[in-house]
Amino acid sequence: MTLAAIAPPPAATRRHLLDVDGLSRAELEAHLDLAAELRERRARGERLGGLAGQAVGMAFLEPSTRTRVSFELAARALGADVIDLSASGSSVAKGESLVDTLRTLERTGIETVVLRHASSGAPYLAARTTGLRIVNAGDGTHAHPTQALLDVLTLRDVLGGLEGARIAIVGDLVHSRVARSELHALVTLGARVRVGGPPAMVAGFGAWPGIEVARSLEAALEGADAVMTLRIQLERAAGGAVPSLAEYARTWGLTTERMAMARRGAPVLHPGPTNEGVEISAELASSPRSLIGRQVENGVAARMAVLALLSA
Amino acid sequence: MTDGLGRFGSIADEPASLLLRGARVVDPTTGRDEVGDVAIDGGVVVAVLRDGARIIDATGWVVAPAFCDLHAHLRQPGGEEAEDVASGTRAAAHSGYATVCAMPNTDPPLDTPAQVAAVLAAGAGAASRVRVVGAATRGRSGAMLADLAALHDAGVVAVSDDGAAIRSARLARSLLAYLAPLGLALFEHAEDATLAAGTLLRGGPTATRLGLPAWPVSAEVTIVERDIALAEETGARLHLTHLSSAAGLDAVRRAKERGLPVTCDVTPHHLALADTWAAGERRWAWEQDPEATDAPPVDAELAYDANLRVNPPLASVRDAQALLDGLADGTIDAIATDHAPHPPQRKLVPWDEAAPGMIGLETALGIGLAAVAAGRLRLPALLAALGDRPARIIGESRSLAIGQPADLVAFDPGASWRVERASLTSRSVNTPLLGRELRGVVRLTVVGGRVTYDATAGG
Repeated sequence: MTLAAIAPPPAATRRHLLDVDGLSRAELEAHLDLAAELRERRARGERLGGLAGQAVGMAFLEPSTRTRVSFELAARALGADVIDLSASGSSVAKGESLVDTLRTLERTGIETVVLRHASSGAPYLAARTTGLRIVNAGDGTHAHPTQALLDVLTLRDVLGGLEGARIAIVGDLVHSRVARSELHALVTLGARVRVGGPPAMVAGFGAWPGIEVARSLEAALEGADAVMTLRIQLERAAGGAVPSLAEYARTWGLTTERMAMARRGAPVLHPGPTNEGVEISAELASSPRSLIGRQVENGVAARMAVLALLSA
Repeated sequence: MTDGLGRFGSIADEPASLLLRGARVVDPTTGRDEVGDVAIDGGVVVAVLRDGARIIDATGWVVAPAFCDLHAHLRQPGGEEAEDVASGTRAAAHSGYATVCAMPNTDPPLDTPAQVAAVLAAGAGAASRVRVVGAATRGRSGAMLADLAALHDAGVVAVSDDGAAIRSARLARSLLAYLAPLGLALFEHAEDATLAAGTLLRGGPTATRLGLPAWPVSAEVTIVERDIALAEETGARLHLTHLSSAAGLDAVRRAKERGLPVTCDVTPHHLALADTWAAGERRWAWEQDPEATDAPPVDAELAYDANLRVNPPLASVRDAQALLDGLADGTIDAIATDHAPHPPQRKLVPWDEAAPGMIGLETALGIGLAAVAAGRLRLPALLAALGDRPARIIGESRSLAIGQPADLVAFDPGASWRVERASLTSRSVNTPLLGRELRGVVRLTVVGGRVTYDATAGG
């Protein structure tokens, strides 16, 4: 079965997925629709051979487990051969530059590379300096477009739609590539977004178009239809962004009680892995309101849609 | 359209005898601005030529005092892959400069009289005069003062730990106190290392959008204010180099109003480019909206060009416009290029791995003329900021008056050229302006009467 039979290609044919910021509402919705469809077909055990005969390289030059596994499953589910090009033992680990490594890969015949890199903007460099098709699997503190797609898919499933939905994002936005990509996707899809966190963790976001910065957890959560909390990097506390993790948990940590400030029954999301007891309580993370498990499931479908549409 | 390169000469050549006829002669020092002739002979500007002198039709060109760059990284010793004294001075001559000041953050640094002498010796037959800025501290480590009187005797024109500020306020105070009786200025890279640590782009909507850690303007202002207070207390001369913020400029303006011996320069890229370029914006800073609160759209082809990573980082549009106003009103004394050549492997890397800096000698005039063409700067003010005003900071001067040393540039302000490998003389090409057309083609550079660059028809 060809992929064209599954869904039409998006309005503009795109060679790379570097971020979601260039995607129109129609393109975003096409990704989500295709992801939902592929999720169903995969669940029914259908064989989807859209990438049969293609080799997809996994270049995770920064440690990652769930995103890498999710991309591998997605590529295999579409029939692709998956080549692991990750850092340990690779030429990048031996000091070769990113551009040289990718140019070498290109000569081996690999056409698509899923790239995770610690530097903001690395996928743009890769796309500009090689003929490879680049899928950004997270770059520095800049973007994580497939995480945004899977989160938006999860939200759309639960809320029925995002137009006018009130979404709260709480935590360290400054250091979050997930948050940046989500803001683009949510604003484009018509959601009303409020963000909150300690001052050093939301610095600069007051100027982000289409969103509001809340000064307290209560103000961030008030009336929210869904709440996304972000991972607090444990070393940030030492950097002075907050005096201590305990103080963060006291002021901004999400608990079942505090979720009462949001709309009744509002779900909570987290991109994982969680620091339970810091940004989210163990009880809330494992409660029925938590969509963390569904996020992981949707990750494969969202990434299948991305790979399929780029190859369409 | 792109003119081929002309011929290079040396400051050790015989003085030329020539007449530039029919140019717009702009001498900010004397206030002369008229169509006329300039004659040189025996190394000086003369009124009457002897027979047999070369006559150059300079109709449509501008003839002005040659330029002086207070801040260039010539990379010798230790960084010759990117530039050396010979290639850097040729890039200078190609662009109208008679003098370049070599900064001391070489490998090893220029912190001893022997190091200074080696660079001066390399400049003896170069295409422009080489002056040396000595390191202020041993090894530029910020721990102990260099032997400053010995460096002074070796001929340094100033001292600096450029690349970083003098880290400790206490050492900065000792340094300025010691420099005061020597009459040497500190060329200060005003940036607090603790505030700047780990940052990658000026704080603002573009940095937020691109996920690049935000450099706060306070990193510059705190050192500017600190050093002004220390200069006032010690009576030393303070020169703030590559100033990049309106707030830093305001502090300098207030110091000048109090009569303190404080001067400053700005780079072409802090005047004309802006943080927005990191996302893909390519309009000059003065063409952009200073009130814009949103980042420009991220352009996948242009975003994160590591050639835009400089230190201090590119200014906000508002600050860049304030700096241009400060240049126009004279608060800023000079344009200095911070010419910072790097080999490709230091720039064809992700933004955070890239070495900071861009080349600047060969694009300074073109950027300045773009500001003039936009009506943001008068030509004499531009030429003063490139020539006489920086020259005075290091004890030189520039004038086209009869009897003065013949340091002059002739350029065609209407001709344009494309910035590309073939049109650049620097060994390095790390500039975000590659591919762009700039107005202003230098036809002739003369240093002390010697023709160091000649792209005239008969040259």
